[in-house]
Amino acid sequence: MTGAAMVVRALIDQGVEAVFGYPGGAVLPIYDEIFKQNQLKHYLVRQEGGAVHAAEGYARSTGKTGVVLVTSGPGATNAVTGLTDALMDSIPIICLTGQVPTHLIGNDAFQEADTTGITRPCTKHNYLVKDVNDLSRVMHEAFHVARSGRPGPVVIDLPKDIQFAEGDYSKPEAFEHRSYRPKTEPEPAAIDEALDLMAKAERPLFYIGGGVINAGPQASADLRSLVRSTGFPITQTLMGLGAFPTDDKQSLGMVGMHGLYESNMAMHDCDLMIAIGARFDDRVTGRIDAFSPNSKKIHVDIDASSINKNVRVDLPIVADAGRTLSLLLKGWRSRNLKVNAKAIDLWWRVIDKWRERQCLTYDKTSKIIKPQLALELLQAAMEKSGREYFVTTEVGQHQMWAAQFLQFRDPNRWMTSGGLGTMGYGLPAATGVQVAHPDALVVDVSGEASFLMNMQEMSTISQYKLPIKLFILNNQWMGMVRQWQELLHGSRYSESYTDSLPDFIKLAEAFGWTGLIANDPGELESVIDRMIQVDGPVIADIRVDQKENCFPMIPSGAAHNEMLMGPNAAQTAEVSDAGKALV
Amino acid sequence: MANSSSVYETQSRVDPIERHTLAVLVDNEPGILARVAGLFSGRGYNIDSLTVAETDHMAGLSRITVVTTGTPMIIEQIKSQLGRLVPVHDVADLTSEGPHVERELALVKVAGRGEHRVEALRTADIFRARAVDSTTESFVFEITGSSEKVDAFIDLMKPLGLVDVARTGVVAIARGAGGL
Ligand SMILES: Cc1ncc(C[n+]2csc(CCOP(=O)(O)OP(=O)(O)O)c2C)c(N)n1
Ligand SMILES: [Mg+2]
Repeated sequence: MTGAAMVVRALIDQGVEAVFGYPGGAVLPIYDEIFKQNQLKHYLVRQEGGAVHAAEGYARSTGKTGVVLVTSGPGATNAVTGLTDALMDSIPIICLTGQVPTHLIGNDAFQEADTTGITRPCTKHNYLVKDVNDLSRVMHEAFHVARSGRPGPVVIDLPKDIQFAEGDYSKPEAFEHRSYRPKTEPEPAAIDEALDLMAKAERPLFYIGGGVINAGPQASADLRSLVRSTGFPITQTLMGLGAFPTDDKQSLGMVGMHGLYESNMAMHDCDLMIAIGARFDDRVTGRIDAFSPNSKKIHVDIDASSINKNVRVDLPIVADAGRTLSLLLKGWRSRNLKVNAKAIDLWWRVIDKWRERQCLTYDKTSKIIKPQLALELLQAAMEKSGREYFVTTEVGQHQMWAAQFLQFRDPNRWMTSGGLGTMGYGLPAATGVQVAHPDALVVDVSGEASFLMNMQEMSTISQYKLPIKLFILNNQWMGMVRQWQELLHGSRYSESYTDSLPDFIKLAEAFGWTGLIANDPGELESVIDRMIQVDGPVIADIRVDQKENCFPMIPSGAAHNEMLMGPNAAQTAEVSDAGKALV
Repeated sequence: MANSSSVYETQSRVDPIERHTLAVLVDNEPGILARVAGLFSGRGYNIDSLTVAETDHMAGLSRITVVTTGTPMIIEQIKSQLGRLVPVHDVADLTSEGPHVERELALVKVAGRGEHRVEALRTADIFRARAVDSTTESFVFEITGSSEKVDAFIDLMKPLGLVDVARTGVVAIARGAGGL
């Protein structure tokens, strides 16, 4: 069998159904093999960056590994942003890159790039295959590495002569990797200690991140049972939304820079923090020395390097979030533990006071469309449709409003670029989601500037007749940049206006999509309904208030209890020089 | 002017800086050194010394010895980050895991005549350095020992016509019967 045939065979044997890619000289033998079979479907993107985001959307909405195929040189370098994005957000991806033939490596050959060198810091692991007899092992091993432990992207660099070379293929089989052994089982003693802390806690809080979603649907189910049997409040990170229903009475909503007041205050004032699959990222912690000063912290993470990186914790548990949740739940039940009901009741009363601040209040009587209103109506319409729905986002204010104003009831329904904050993520990610869920309603909540970063993917969406709904909260600004310029740079709006925008309706029509526009609040509902009803891809150009800013906000370098609650607070806020230097 | 409650001031809260010697057992495969070195440079960790060589040819294993400095929290990070690399089998913190032996080898070239030459030989003798090459006007000494001993020897050779120094960097191993 040739190397190229082995690659395709290995993908099929690994259960791969969809590959997102773009051809070129260095991968033509693999494309030829793809042509000859019909078990595996290839989706042709319009730029390799789009392929990786599409694979991310596919992976995150299914729990499977996303697969990317690109050529050498520019194909591989175009994939770098997506790989970094997948690394930061722990998304399992296999990225096959073509490479010049082995005897030309290092010669500055045409379309040669040091792909393993370039991608070393932005992958979980990478391989350069120099012998066709290593190929099937590398392929299977790569899948194992990508999806086990803390998931992440893996690159396999495939020189063209290896693709032509003949060798023996071997099937995937259970094997023990020589060195790689992620620790998934928690220590029983640590589980007991965690349960003891939970039973004693007076002001406990679950702090849940994307790791719980990565651990699979059972982890979210066990989390629900555990949260409900304890009666503790729960907050979720941007990546964790959906692990627990955000409209549940025990949910305090998102935590962090644009998190809810009650969430951030609870983080600050709790006496026990139960962090599971969350990594105390700077967007969550704010000022580190003022972060939750009086709490004991339990930290469950499969990646030992996430523990004690930013915040010192009292009870580290290096293990799979799902395994840990299942054991915590079992222990809680079998030991028949009871919470300190009186204290917990008091804690809820404190939280209810914070909730009374209604931190997500906005002007509902405005004659101009408020982005928050648009999202609330979108949520209502998605629910009314009775269909399974998925939401992706781009990056900016619209992303944060989506996290605040949409409701998340199930895991794997929300794809957003958290760690890297990659504008242009949402549209290709939606492509991957819709490929995996052809009958579902898939909406990309977008900003007009972010959309322009990967708008070429409209063509992919047209080709495969994917009925994606692009919901642009068009404020004609890089709104998030403008907001920071107002806060930190005396409202000197340097290069943050999105000039020369296209006519989105004509643009939609040019690609065979439907274009809709909403100019005032009265039109919103009908535009959204129509967007959902149209059988095909739609751009909905929602002309929102150009001046609206996103609150609450913990300015850089501030603590959780120093949130800015609205535009008035922002005008008088003083951000320290050191805070200004933070991103 | 920096606000008194800024992140940076509080982060510079004085945690002690410690020097740790780590032994890392890895697959001897292309790119492994780049992975380890890239981890240190990419995350801003210090490398005071780094040595690597294959130690088990049949098993295809190499042993890397890294000497690094940082706060206890950073040292912990370095160890977990190393442990996260796929081709890494084992990471041992020799400094915190008990007594260990550290050695470094240096080749030291000295050129001179007359009294300087005699003095160089005499010093080498005291340090148990061996002359491994000699001409009428030069010596190459081989010296092994702790880094401090090697430093001291080199300092003494400076006024005696020191020409060149080549050092291996630190290799280290735990005392007693146990192994990695
Ligand atoms: C690739 C990339 N470049 C730059 C940025 C910095 N950035 C963050 S938000 C933003 C503006 C986004 O504008 P838009 O998509 O219109 O969203 P809005 O904030 O207006 O809702 C920019 C430029 C980024 N996150 N990603
Ligand atoms: Mg905008």
